Amino acid sequence: MNALEVLRFAVRGLAANKMRSGLTTLGILIGVAAVILLVAVGEGSSQAITQNIQRLGANTLTISSNTMGGGGGGGGVRMAAPQQDSGPRTQAKGLTVADARALADKTGAPSVRTVSPVVAAQSQAAVYEGAGHTIQQLIGTYPAYFDASNKPVASGSYFTNDDVLAARKVVVIGRTVAENLFGTLDPIGKRITIGGVPFTVAGVLKEAGSAGFQDADDVAIAPLPAVQQSLTGFGPLGQVIVQATSAETVDAAESEVTSILNARHGISGMAAADYRVFNQAALQETVSAAMGTFTVLLGAVAAISLLVGGIGITNIMLVTVTERTREIGIRKAVGAPRGAILGQFLAEATMLSLVGGLLGVAVGVLGSQFTIAGVQPVLVPGSIVLALGVSVAIGLFFGGYPAGRAAKLRPIEALRHE
Amino acid sequence: MSGRPEDVPPVLDVRAVTKAYGRGDALVRALRGVSLTVDRGDYVAVMGASGSGKSTLMNILGCLDVPSTGRYLVDGTDAGALDERQLSILRNRKIGFVFQSFNLIPRMTALANVELPLAYGGLKAGERRRRALAALSLVGLADRTRHEPNELSGGQQQRVAIARALVTAPALLLADEPTGNLDSASTRDVLNILDQLSMAGRTIVMITHEDDVAGHAKRILRLVDGQVVEDRRRSPVAGPPPKLAGVTA
Ligand SMILES: Nc1ncnc2c1ncn2[C@@H]1O[C@H](COP(=O)(O)OP(=O)(O)OP(=O)(O)O)[C@@H](O)[C@H]1O
Ligand SMILES: [Mg+2]
Repeated sequence: MNALEVLRFAVRGLAANKMRSGLTTLGILIGVAAVILLVAVGEGSSQAITQNIQRLGANTLTISSNTMGGGGGGGGVRMAAPQQDSGPRTQAKGLTVADARALADKTGAPSVRTVSPVVAAQSQAAVYEGAGHTIQQLIGTYPAYFDASNKPVASGSYFTNDDVLAARKVVVIGRTVAENLFGTLDPIGKRITIGGVPFTVAGVLKEAGSAGFQDADDVAIAPLPAVQQSLTGFGPLGQVIVQATSAETVDAAESEVTSILNARHGISGMAAADYRVFNQAALQETVSAAMGTFTVLLGAVAAISLLVGGIGITNIMLVTVTERTREIGIRKAVGAPRGAILGQFLAEATMLSLVGGLLGVAVGVLGSQFTIAGVQPVLVPGSIVLALGVSVAIGLFFGGYPAGRAAKLRPIEALRHE
Repeated sequence: MSGRPEDVPPVLDVRAVTKAYGRGDALVRALRGVSLTVDRGDYVAVMGASGSGKSTLMNILGCLDVPSTGRYLVDGTDAGALDERQLSILRNRKIGFVFQSFNLIPRMTALANVELPLAYGGLKAGERRRRALAALSLVGLADRTRHEPNELSGGQQQRVAIARALVTAPALLLADEPTGNLDSASTRDVLNILDQLSMAGRTIVMITHEDDVAGHAKRILRLVDGQVVEDRRRSPVAGPPPKLAGVTA
């Protein structure tokens, strides 16, 4: 009785009970696919949130004025500063370029790498040779802004410090703006007018995708004085973006920034500040912690579905073997060695759980290609291995163990089994 | 016994076998010291009241069960001294067992059921098929090879079971009430087959309640309360079975 023969017996055994074999396979399939998909959805949403946060820029502090109606720019995210009271004050000062310069001072703020003052003008009409587009947000700033806010150019170049000093009218536009104004043309070097003022396109930003309800690609970025001169005037800044020297120094940079601004704005003791510092890293930490909880929760749900699936497999395997104890007795009576019987049942269990498991992996992988509830699932290889491994192991054990016990019975005991 | 050359061991040699089921209050002594030998070519009917221990004895003879005490030799080998693997080979090669309740494997064709012992015996598929078909036509079922047990009558199922027991050409054919579940026509078919096998020199031991059936055997054993109380020879071991004696004479 060779292995091939045993395998053929197993196939025949499965074919003899098509319905049960099918249902067992289906049960394993669903269990495995559910675990893979569940983990993939969890991972997908976790990654999406992390990406959204990272898109705002790494290691940065966003300082905005506390007196203005809205401060204008930014990613639409605002956080309360440590100071509790944020009511209007008579002596409140706006943020100025001088404030920004003070923050860039290496002796006062050693943890600060770059400082980018920002003014923003909303809904600016841009025109190129008859094509028009309303740019959601025109930002005037320094070149360091691109790195600090994580906005690399895809083609063309950034503007330079020279451009800032000379208040040149150059602009780097987002993907949406480029598409609406130029279509398939190359925008680099072309002249457009924004709010009636001519600008030369220096570069096009890399596509960022939409962050929440805002299209992050519907922007244009120009040198600060150029925007102030032509569009916003020389009033207070909307924001100052401060980039820390490293991820570890963000908190140090925050306290340096706070003490410099407190000194410059005459804020001391209990008095409420007239600005807010929004710490990117702090938000990221909070979200990471929340995501950790979320992942644990999903993992628990996945583990439970695996457990339930496993109990299902166990059940069917036990019933199968118990029901077939008589058959085992007959096989023994005609001279089947224990090994051949055990081999057959093990092979049956392996085939059922492997086929079911692999189909489950296929369904899980296929399903994760689709967007589920607004989340693009991301496959986690570990979950595939775990789900497949656990279901196959359960199938093997609960198919093999009772079969082994039945094969050990004396033929007459197995035959008398009801 | 008589006329047996000393160097040929009997097919069956049962020595002071007892079998007890359960323990304490529930102890049942099904066999209380049975000794008997069966020579090659004999055709034995075992009779006795219900509960006298016939099936218990038969299961021990078929190596499906083990005695509580005593020794049992098949073809000269001590079954009690064999390990699990050797026992399965013994069951496969030397013994063919026919059950009262057929015990065919459901959802497997008659042919596959008959091939089963050959498969465990390690025969090649072609040879297996050839011999299984031969055994099936011997029991008159050449036209039912593709049927599954639930598509066969009781008599046909029992004939498939006999074909399965015969297909390995075992030294010993054991049948526990082979006609117990059959009508008179099917009974006649099955007994005919057994007579033919006996005629061909096969050793047969069968259990029956019916005197008619026992009348086919060369020798009749009677069991009472787990002991052999009567051992009657009706025709010689070497000759044809009684029902065929007239035909050949
Ligand atoms: N597995 C068992 N457990 C306990 N007692 C048993 C078992 N098998 C048989 N017995 C008992 O052993 C005795 C002999 O049983 P056995 O089956 O050998 O009788 P039998 O002669 O074949 O009867 P029948 O003609 O009704 O088939 C009976 O009293 C029976 O109750
Ligand atoms: Mg009986």
